[in-house]
Amino acid sequence: MKLRTLIPGALLVLIFLLAAVVSFVWTPFDVTKLDIPNKLQSPSMGHWFGTDQLGRDIFSMIMVGARTSIAVAFIAVGIGMLIGVPLGLAAAANQGSLIDELIMRTNDLVFAFPALLIAIMITAVFGPGAVNAIIAIGIFNIPVFARLTRGAALSLWSREFILAAKVAGKRATRISFEHILPNILNLLIVQGTIQFSLGILAEAALSYVGLGAQPPIPSWGRMLAESQTLVSLAPHVALFPGFAILLTVLGLNLLGDALRDWFDPRLQRLRS
Amino acid sequence: MALSSFSINTNMKHFSRGLRISTAITLALASTMTMGNANAARTDITVGMQLEPPILDPTGGAAAAIDEVVYANVFEGLTRFGSDGSVNPALASEWSVSDDGKTYTFTLHQGVKFHDGADFTAEDVKFSLDRALAETSTNAQKQLFANIDSVNVIDDHTVEIVLLARDGNLLFNLAWGDAIMLDEASVDDAAIKPVGTGPFTFSNWVQGDKIELVKNPDYWGEPAKLDKVVFKFISDPTAAFAATMSGDVDTFTVFPAPENLAQFDADPRFNVLLGSTEGETILSMNNQLAPLDDVRVRKAIAHAIDRSAIIDGAMYGYGTPIGSHFAPHNPAYIDLTANSQFDPALSKELLAEAGLADGFTTTLKLPPPSYARRGGEIIAAQLREVGINVEISNLEWAQWLEQVFRGKDYGLTIVSHTEPMDINIYANPDYYFQYDNVAFQALMGAFNTQTDPERRTVMLKQAQKIISEDYVNGFLFQLAKTGVANAKVKGLWQNSPTQANDMTGVYWED
Repeated sequence: MKLRTLIPGALLVLIFLLAAVVSFVWTPFDVTKLDIPNKLQSPSMGHWFGTDQLGRDIFSMIMVGARTSIAVAFIAVGIGMLIGVPLGLAAAANQGSLIDELIMRTNDLVFAFPALLIAIMITAVFGPGAVNAIIAIGIFNIPVFARLTRGAALSLWSREFILAAKVAGKRATRISFEHILPNILNLLIVQGTIQFSLGILAEAALSYVGLGAQPPIPSWGRMLAESQTLVSLAPHVALFPGFAILLTVLGLNLLGDALRDWFDPRLQRLRS
Repeated sequence: MALSSFSINTNMKHFSRGLRISTAITLALASTMTMGNANAARTDITVGMQLEPPILDPTGGAAAAIDEVVYANVFEGLTRFGSDGSVNPALASEWSVSDDGKTYTFTLHQGVKFHDGADFTAEDVKFSLDRALAETSTNAQKQLFANIDSVNVIDDHTVEIVLLARDGNLLFNLAWGDAIMLDEASVDDAAIKPVGTGPFTFSNWVQGDKIELVKNPDYWGEPAKLDKVVFKFISDPTAAFAATMSGDVDTFTVFPAPENLAQFDADPRFNVLLGSTEGETILSMNNQLAPLDDVRVRKAIAHAIDRSAIIDGAMYGYGTPIGSHFAPHNPAYIDLTANSQFDPALSKELLAEAGLADGFTTTLKLPPPSYARRGGEIIAAQLREVGINVEISNLEWAQWLEQVFRGKDYGLTIVSHTEPMDINIYANPDYYFQYDNVAFQALMGAFNTQTDPERRTVMLKQAQKIISEDYVNGFLFQLAKTGVANAKVKGLWQNSPTQANDMTGVYWED
């Protein structure tokens, strides 16, 4: 069960991570170099994925685009975790208090807006670009992690080992980080994987409407947007970035599923 | 085996014979049906446009889309542009000029009525022009009327325009959409319910979707051939392609995606109408912003640009290279592209001379059209080759107008200037590229009061040379008019001498 999703998931994610890492040192062609006489060439031995409307090598652009997508999504999820998790821990530690209410209601407020709307709002105010896309996607990740952390932490606070720690005189902050956080880490990793795939989709969506990474930095979403009118003329220009997004998100979801099964204690008991 | 395959073959034969007969019957039926249709060619047309006009009163806004709906269709002026760009009589049947060139006397057509039934008289001319040149006027092209001293009604069908100075441009200026004739009784609602004198009357506006015009049965001149015109607004190029292919739209007078034109051209159902426009597409430079205030830097940028790559890459080959701000189809045009030949080595030399051997960084702010977005990426790559680093930001029109056009907060931008004969914008030091050359301003001042055609041509040539040699902007190409129409639609304008979709002479061929 878990292998069936783990292996293809991990493999897909690995391929794109590898593409992103390798793109730092090598791409088949320079993605900033235009070659207009050779525009819209079909896939061939020279250009594995063909060339785009400005004669750039699509394979190279997918590689560098992987870098953009992964960097934006990774940092954004990181922001969401770094802010959301401590907020959730604090809320759980002070359950029912004013702090709890304040944190969770603020989170509800952010959560009430559709994620993409927040992103568009932020990039509209601060201008388009990769950095603002990261902030935008990061912000809507905060309540996800805050809620998850609070919920999981609350169920732990009533457990005996926490009581023991309390009796031993440990402060709430210390208990949160020493005892609660390690016990909910698996949940956070699974959620992080899912959020990572959503982050990649969000980056593609923002770039698609022109609010993500700006040219000449290649981005899958913008590659898709720019190839729209070319679909009947040169379908490969749209297909490859489309598949790149599809496969990365699919890979991350499979991986997330497999990890969830792996960490789930009930299923673990079943396995043993 | 053999037997069964034989039987299959006979079955197939029967089947195909049956098919042939039924096809023949269908064809026969279809041909009688089309013959029935042939007696009544279609009398309505749906015209696709990328942008929707914000209002429908051409005297109240600068948007080209306003004129593209109402010019010559709903509203008319004293004179008008023909499809070749010539200035022709419209509501004025004839005119005479006084010896000092300062008084024009126009004779108006008799029996002209506004769509609401009111008579069109000299009083309406006085009202419309006084309104346009008033202090409080909201006309987007007020400078067209700046030289008018007074408008006097002689009788119902004669009107006199007195000028402050001789003006060779008056008849041309009066042909603009901004100089159309309105009735005082209906002017207040003109923005949403335009009432003009044209061959079509306004019928309906579904905001965000379409505007419908119907034939004016009481038109004073030669009546329109169509009964109904629908302008449909489709901003997305992909949707425009689908709408045209499926026949939802009969024509796009400027098709938004040049990459699809070859496909339409190969399809016998469509005609591609290639023509000229007044759209000088330029890489505008902020002439007051360092280091672009140095002519050597601007010259370096001009020489770093490979126009043919831009025309091929951004416009799929549709466009004519230009070397100054002037339309190549104009008789006064001179080819100055040699002033800014693609020469990256010279470009680097010039940068070094200007003390920028290591290059510099500036902004490139791009409005939505594909010529700007794609052209921008190409230009950015070309400038990078000579060491100039540009930061691209893609803006929506509203942001572009705010930041670049009004705010002058930019280094470089790409835009097409589609007004006819607009070289005089270089005489305005407050215009967004902020070019301030006293000699050029004096030349344009002299040009405006000059009425001798030959002297005017000489001056225009001189003006083209000055801005070309000052490298005010990067002069890229003249936008081509790339229309697509159903092959049976006739009478559309091939060229685009002004912002207009004149539907008066359009009809369906049987």
